[in-house]
Amino acid sequence: MMVVYALYGVAALVVLAPVAIALSASPRGTSVVYGASLMITLTQGMIALLSLFGYSDPSSTVTLPLGLPWLGAHFRIDALAAFFLVVVNLGGASASLFALGYGRHEHSPQRVLPFYPAYLAAMNLVVMADDAFSFLVSWEFMSLTSWALVIAHHRISENVRAGYIYLLMASFGTLALLLAFGLLAGADGNYAFDAMRASHPSAALAALVLVLTIVGAGSKAGVVPLHAWLPLAHPAAPSHVSALMSGVMTKVAVYGLVRIVFDLLGPPDWWWSMAVLAVGGITAVMGVLYALMQHDLKRLLAYHTVENIGIIYIGLGLALAFKAEGMPLAAALALTAGLLHVFNHSVFKSLLFFGAGAVLNATGERDMEHLGGLIHRMPQTAFVFLVGCVAISALPPLNGFVSEWLTFQAILLSPQLPAWGLKFLVPAVGALLALSAALAAACFVKAFGVSFLGRARTPAAAQAQETDSNSLAAMYFLAALCLVAGILPGFFIDALAPVTKSLVGVSMPHQAGVEWLSIVPIAESRSSYNGLLVFIFVLLAGSTAAFAIHRLASDKLRRGPAWDCGYPDPSPATQYTASSFAQPIRRVYGTSVFRAREIGEIPPPGATTPARLTVELRDLIWDAAYAPVAEAIGYAAEKLNYLQFLTIRQYLSLVFTALVILLLVLAIWQ
Amino acid sequence: MIRDFALQGAQMLLVLLLSPLLTGFVRKVKARLLRRQGPPLLQPYLDLIRLMRKDVVLAESASWLFRVIPYIVVAGTWVAASLVPTFGSGLMFSWSADLIAIIALLGSARFFLALAGLDVGTSFGGIGSSREVMIASLAEPAMLMIVFTLALIAGSTQLSTMAAYMLSGEEGLRVSLGLALLALIIVAIAENARIPIDNPATHLELTMVHEAMVLEYSGRHLALIDLSSELKLLLYISLIGCLFAPWGIAGPDASAQAHAIGVVTYLAKLAVGGFLLAVFETAISKMRVFRVPAFLGAALMLGLLATLLMFVSRSL
Repeated sequence: MMVVYALYGVAALVVLAPVAIALSASPRGTSVVYGASLMITLTQGMIALLSLFGYSDPSSTVTLPLGLPWLGAHFRIDALAAFFLVVVNLGGASASLFALGYGRHEHSPQRVLPFYPAYLAAMNLVVMADDAFSFLVSWEFMSLTSWALVIAHHRISENVRAGYIYLLMASFGTLALLLAFGLLAGADGNYAFDAMRASHPSAALAALVLVLTIVGAGSKAGVVPLHAWLPLAHPAAPSHVSALMSGVMTKVAVYGLVRIVFDLLGPPDWWWSMAVLAVGGITAVMGVLYALMQHDLKRLLAYHTVENIGIIYIGLGLALAFKAEGMPLAAALALTAGLLHVFNHSVFKSLLFFGAGAVLNATGERDMEHLGGLIHRMPQTAFVFLVGCVAISALPPLNGFVSEWLTFQAILLSPQLPAWGLKFLVPAVGALLALSAALAAACFVKAFGVSFLGRARTPAAAQAQETDSNSLAAMYFLAALCLVAGILPGFFIDALAPVTKSLVGVSMPHQAGVEWLSIVPIAESRSSYNGLLVFIFVLLAGSTAAFAIHRLASDKLRRGPAWDCGYPDPSPATQYTASSFAQPIRRVYGTSVFRAREIGEIPPPGATTPARLTVELRDLIWDAAYAPVAEAIGYAAEKLNYLQFLTIRQYLSLVFTALVILLLVLAIWQ
Repeated sequence: MIRDFALQGAQMLLVLLLSPLLTGFVRKVKARLLRRQGPPLLQPYLDLIRLMRKDVVLAESASWLFRVIPYIVVAGTWVAASLVPTFGSGLMFSWSADLIAIIALLGSARFFLALAGLDVGTSFGGIGSSREVMIASLAEPAMLMIVFTLALIAGSTQLSTMAAYMLSGEEGLRVSLGLALLALIIVAIAENARIPIDNPATHLELTMVHEAMVLEYSGRHLALIDLSSELKLLLYISLIGCLFAPWGIAGPDASAQAHAIGVVTYLAKLAVGGFLLAVFETAISKMRVFRVPAFLGAALMLGLLATLLMFVSRSL
């Protein structure tokens, strides 16, 4: 029955979209639309939670007389779909709550409000779809509504370009998925997922489907090298939509991969995991390196989404390897790690985008070089943003650490894998994962330190005002979730048990009953982690130290000018900037990855022109993969342009020639 | 139960009380090697007390975070240091964080310290923070590779289990173990801001890292920052001792006598570790900051090689 209720919820969101067109003119429209979206997504989230905990029959299917006439549209909520529905609607609800405050500052609400509920509905539908046709239609609907939101502020030429590239990449991705489903459905056109599950494709066919899926779902998730659109499109949208795109839509893309590869494609081959692992490792490191070079706060966050998708892919790849080699317990561990990271990332990435949105609202700036000192003006936003930064940097005791810790534990089980390719790949991927975790921490020291700490670099930053209470409520809620999922991870792991059970046959050992609420993936002698105790210890140690020192030694405090080795300079321009902070890392990693070059122009003695230091970065992936394609398309279009200026006789002869050639081909074929 | 609790508490106090002594010892040995008299052995304690009694002079642009960070850093480092087996393994809460979590806990402390460097908005703080995170971005993955190697050898990431396994001598000598030890020493030098990566004795050099980052701290805040770097040095020497020289560590449920032996051998290990560090630091000069990546990159490659060898050899 749950699936019926969930479909009613989707219908309500779809109805809300045209209502929003009418409402967007009125001043109360924003509150009504976001309030209604909040209510509906909360209900959807409850339905999803109930389904995840087994209060609904996972085999109950609803068939609507839509779509292909001989097939209809099938919808179903099994454990996997239920989990992703939770992620989608948790993100949707918090974004709606945030937008209740944030959306009031939107200067053209009619360009955002109608598409917002439609976008939420589309993401719900993708996850619930139980046949390829409804899946693809919903997927495309999701792409188009999000595209409309990306170009909401269409007067900014950057956004239009972002929208254009996004549209191209989204179509390309859907094409790949369409082909993948076509191959899975076979010649008879069995588009229902049930039929696909029953038929096992041959090895070659499965390989092709796998590659198409990684390309199709991966381009939406933003895996390198198909990520180019993501850091352009995600920041262009209004911030609550950016949060949805980064926090939730990329997870829907991960859902697509999991659904096809773990569920529909049949028993895996060991080398499948090689592809997923290699893509994941490269994505994780490249994403964070790109992020380190950014000084646009929202673009930095978008590149971190790329990184985290890589981490999720590593978990999924390990799960595939273990599943293929018949190690179900290890597969359950790796899959849990990947899926937990899906949840965790959706929470802290939404939180961080909300924070960036609050900063954007307060200062009108996305460029970190124009911010600084916001912790004095916006203390609450600064606090929750800091929580998000610690969580995404995979530091204990918050939630990001738990999922990465589980991934590391899964890597430590992999020497037992017999395949030689994996023996070399897995340690390398482990090193890449460790590197990306360390670099992520560096990147968020930069993001938080440059925007929130230090002294204000512009008048806008110096006069920023704390954001409104609705936005703060949404951010506090997500920050609390980061802490709870970090110190009580056992409950979250247990909640994932039905999902892993349905995909790899077993689930991780029950965690909630372990003493002191520790998490123990395999055995206590092997590894265990207790976020709660670590948190309590740190809290106790810190407060003991503070109490003892204040009581026994000194608690006096004086304010004075900064010391700065005796030469403090009052100009805020003397502070470290985002690019100077990243300079050492740019020199270490960027010289090879981005061909980074620093060009110093020092004027001759006596000249009054200032000295300049410019940094040149090249995006080698764009240069190698995108620029040639774009150039080839441009070249072909220019050549074909000739066809537009023919006479009628020439057109007729063209049609005739084409007909003759086609008939000839047909004749030879038979 | 009460005995377990007392042992755990004793460990927490032991590391806290011993760490300034270790730093004083290293300084003394370094001074003697340079034929100087050197400060008294107990000088670090006196320094801490003196700093704690003084007023804090806080920069006008400092935020609340700047004042909280010393407590976070000292708490994180202290907890991490008390989770590494010193005189006894299998203590009451030793399972609450494995080696990966301990490394990550130190990572949290460093994250906040680097933020503190940026808080006041000076160029010295910024230079320290940005170099610190650059060094960490190489040292942390190297450390994790070392953890992988050791975990694959011992079949566990729990330090108590690892120490017991190493003590049992089942493994004998392994190439991976040697590579991991070498890498661990390099990482330990980098993490503790010792020569040749950084110079703990000065903050008036352009190549300084750690001391530049904490330049704006004074009074009790500075005392806590100093204490946490002393704790960190102790932690790394304890870690090397517990993994590569686990002799004398009392097992779980050991007698009081065994624990006493554990304490004595632990003190001996600290002395040997501190002495070797002082000799090494005296014998070598500081590197240019952009030579550091090559040095730490070597540690990362050694760690990766050691892990790779483990992966390959496990199947043979």
